[in-house]
Amino acid sequence: MPENSIERCKRYRRHILEISQQVEAAHVAPAFSCVEIVDALYNEVMRPQDIFIMSKGHGCLAQYVVLEDLGKLPPGDLDYYCDPRGVHGAHPDYDVQRGIHASTGSLGHGLGIAAGQALAERLKKSDARVYCLLSDGECQEGSTWEAAMVAANLRLDNLVALVDCNDFGGMDRMSEVHPALHPLSAKFAAFGWEAVDTEGHVSGDIVADLGLLVNGCPNALVCHTTKGKGVSFMEDAPIWHYRNPSADEYEQALREIG
Amino acid sequence: MRNALAQTLYEIAKRDPRIVVIVADISPAGAMDDFRREFPDRFYNVGVAEQAAMGLAAGLAMRGFKPFVYSIATFMLYRAFEFIRVDLAYQDLPVTVVGMGAGLSYSTLGATHQAVEDVAVAMAVPNLTVLAPCDPAETAECARWCAGRESGGPVYMRIGKAGELSLTENSEEFSPGRMRWWGPEVHACGDVCVLSYGPIASVAAGVVRELRSRGLVAEMALQPFLAPLHETNIIEKVLHYFDHVVIIEEAINAPLAARVKGLAVDTCMGSRGEDDPSLVIRSFALPREFCPLHGTREELLDHYGLTAEKIVAALR
Repeated sequence: MPENSIERCKRYRRHILEISQQVEAAHVAPAFSCVEIVDALYNEVMRPQDIFIMSKGHGCLAQYVVLEDLGKLPPGDLDYYCDPRGVHGAHPDYDVQRGIHASTGSLGHGLGIAAGQALAERLKKSDARVYCLLSDGECQEGSTWEAAMVAANLRLDNLVALVDCNDFGGMDRMSEVHPALHPLSAKFAAFGWEAVDTEGHVSGDIVADLGLLVNGCPNALVCHTTKGKGVSFMEDAPIWHYRNPSADEYEQALREIG
Repeated sequence: MRNALAQTLYEIAKRDPRIVVIVADISPAGAMDDFRREFPDRFYNVGVAEQAAMGLAAGLAMRGFKPFVYSIATFMLYRAFEFIRVDLAYQDLPVTVVGMGAGLSYSTLGATHQAVEDVAVAMAVPNLTVLAPCDPAETAECARWCAGRESGGPVYMRIGKAGELSLTENSEEFSPGRMRWWGPEVHACGDVCVLSYGPIASVAAGVVRELRSRGLVAEMALQPFLAPLHETNIIEKVLHYFDHVVIIEEAINAPLAARVKGLAVDTCMGSRGEDDPSLVIRSFALPREFCPLHGTREELLDHYGLTAEKIVAALR
């Protein structure tokens, strides 16, 4: 039996937890909220010519473990995560060979870069798609909406934005900080995008929705997720945006993930 | 200068399909209209959205294009600064950001439109080449260099607006990365060497002419490449051979003078020998303030003492 997406995502979460025990520099909860999204993209949806940009750079551990799983990262690359002997820090650095198509970490940059790459691919008459994963927090950045406006008016239908809508930033609930920004799908639609809401922890739903993209405009998939998904004490607890699990917490988290 | 830029980009774009122009609701006009008509797929007006302009340029550069982003200097470098720093410089992408109307060009529009700290700011950014051509011909040279490179990172090119006089004809050839001597016959040593860049080099030329008329051996070195700065060039061609070095800049914080003075302290004074303590470096630049006046650019420069007459008087 081939490993299914549920088993894969458990394995990715366990790996992220292991890495969190190497250094005090992991954004575990922001990675956990997008594991299914990143898994679905890389393992089910993307073709070799397609491009993925992790605009929410602080979730990069989710991308690193998948890239390693796919053999994009050289063996042992993640042994030196946040280590002077290695290349990977707690935000992704542009490295096409390793499958990292933009340096991110400063929020609000990924969608503009993704739009530029989508435009370039269209000019080259390639059928490549560019997928860009945003946090709901970075939808508070004005630059995200500049890019959304430009992408819609350029009719970049080879651009797909996925929003990891876990409703938490570093402090508070996003929907309480800026209730008027929500629902996000309506904002993308207002900017000229085709926008759909989906359950962000069900791989099948994400894959199905990404099979229904429309032509003529960019597409947004607002994925409703839980920050820290899979570990009870991390879920929806702002402290886990930055915090690293202790040895005991690590053991408990592993047990919960199964 | 903007016409020279537009004409040059139009000509290069005919040969190189990788040239893309992104403007933010401001176009250099002139030949740019021909560019837009002929290459509609390679000209984008993103509107008043400078951050998106940088992101779009970064993405295009990552997939093999050579974008030029164009608008008023303040809105390019200041509004979109973090996008220049992260998207372009950190990722070291071949994007040329043209900041038009730098210095006091927008003399009637107020400090919101005046890029006077841009040189100091841009020179501080790793990987970012800073160019400041002084006339239309040098603007064309700089644009050709930016477009012709097959490797290298981003460029911030600060240019004036329109109507700048030709200054560089009969000057030493444009040589990427280096300073160039102004005028046809140059003394390799002498009493005064004036260093300048950008449109205010025409004022600097006036200073040189006036000093020559008074019997001094005076030369001007144009410095279109401000970062990375060719330090050896300055040390070996200027500091070693001239008794007085005068640096004239349309910028605050005197960024070139600061570097030249630093070089002199670090390396040159010693090599000239203790028996030759005569090197004098004088800096003329804008003060660290938002210009409170409105008028012509010449009136504003005069207010700050940046005319040939006032500089020569101050040098006595």
